[in-house]
Amino acid sequence: MKKTTLYNHHIKKGAKIVSFAGFAMPLQYSGIIDEHNTVRNSVGIFDLSHMGEFEISGRGAEDFLQKMTINDVANLEIGQAQYTAMCTNEGGIIDDCVLYRNDVSYLFVVNASNIEKDFLWLNKHLEENVTLIDVSHDTTLIAVQGPESKELLKKVLDDGSLIDSLKFYHHGTITFNGKHVLCSRTGYTGELGYEIYWKGEGASNLWDVLLVAGKEFDAKPIGLGARDTLRLEMKYCLYGNDIDESTNPIEAGLSWITKLDKGSFMGRRALDKVKENGVSRRLVAFKMLEKGIPRKDYKVFSNNIKIGKVTSGTLTPSIKSGIGMAYVNISFVKVGTEIQIEIRGKLLQARIIKPPFWKNGSLMAN
Amino acid sequence: MNIPEHLFYTDSHEWISLDGEIATVGITDFAQSELGDIIFLEFPEINMNIEYGEPFGTIEAIKTVADLNAPVSGKILEVNTTLEDSPEKVNEDPYGEGWLVKIKCSKLEEIKKLLSKDDYEKIIA
Repeated sequence: MKKTTLYNHHIKKGAKIVSFAGFAMPLQYSGIIDEHNTVRNSVGIFDLSHMGEFEISGRGAEDFLQKMTINDVANLEIGQAQYTAMCTNEGGIIDDCVLYRNDVSYLFVVNASNIEKDFLWLNKHLEENVTLIDVSHDTTLIAVQGPESKELLKKVLDDGSLIDSLKFYHHGTITFNGKHVLCSRTGYTGELGYEIYWKGEGASNLWDVLLVAGKEFDAKPIGLGARDTLRLEMKYCLYGNDIDESTNPIEAGLSWITKLDKGSFMGRRALDKVKENGVSRRLVAFKMLEKGIPRKDYKVFSNNIKIGKVTSGTLTPSIKSGIGMAYVNISFVKVGTEIQIEIRGKLLQARIIKPPFWKNGSLMAN
Repeated sequence: MNIPEHLFYTDSHEWISLDGEIATVGITDFAQSELGDIIFLEFPEINMNIEYGEPFGTIEAIKTVADLNAPVSGKILEVNTTLEDSPEKVNEDPYGEGWLVKIKCSKLEEIKKLLSKDDYEKIIA
């Protein structure tokens, strides 16, 4: 199993370690619910170094990315980040990704489980005037998320002014003990938050300093368990659960990043057809009306007829009821529709709701 | 890891305390710590008969669902209804307020199959 540069720090903190995408990652430290509430109420610190990072540069980089991704790269300005995805020619989702535009290159951040697949796919379609480099093993990714994240970062950085002015889905260079690193105002929690991409050695010092300086905010390290409940409350997709190559971005609710009018790109023809013919199912958010916790692959029913399948589910710590996401037959996707989830042989009542589940986040705080 | 001397154990991490033919059953400190935050329990109906080794309920943590296995055969006398509103008691006090069910044993000789503190300690070592 691969280890991140912060592995020993997780062990020291008593983390429960699990294998995730080939990495030994912290599942939890103090407990999933406590960590979840820490991010909602103050600030949590995540090691996300298992994620993959590719540097894409060269004169043809923009055209190449325009061809390989579904969002419109022409709209991406220097200093901005963009949520996007790659699709197969059939319109299936290869991965969902975040693309950063720097002065002379792009940083393409991919899911840990897809690093190899994505690299091979990009490399296969690479053009002469484009350079693609996998910088994953040299990058430590630390996320600082929660309403107090801005105050905490300002406290530890050499100069906090960039953090003060950084807008949602923008990035810049911050300085910590003289070292320059990329920091973006992005995240996967629904709270005000930042992600720091540290190249080379020395990231563990930043991790330690964040935790020590964070004491006044009651900051804690956060594992993958709470990362999952936090993202689910926002109905953010998790690759491998809610989206994969058998799902397309239109039915997954990712039309907002699918720019069919930007010109040709990988998967466009198939997605045009999906749009034209309409989708047969859609990824919905639902809330249990009875006691029960939905889980991945549980069946969804309406009047004893199977109409879909749960892709993610949990008991949400913030609103304390069973919630989930499911692909549901298009005739049943309207908000307010009552559906049933089969949990251990019993059909339990649930209702389709308008996402997100968690509506009081600090995501857009000034 | 807390493993009280006076209890019996199963290799599926239940504990049993015996008072005459009445067994009180819960999950061990090790089990609650492995599961993490416990959020939901599903119990059988009162008076239901259960069989040694068979699943008789479920316990859900945020990340996992686990079966509760009957450590003895018998009839369900009582379930801990306070856990409906505070399942976290299983994490906080697994041998006390976090008890799960009381069973009237029908085959007391089954107790011989249960593990002592020392045997259980070896299993989780």
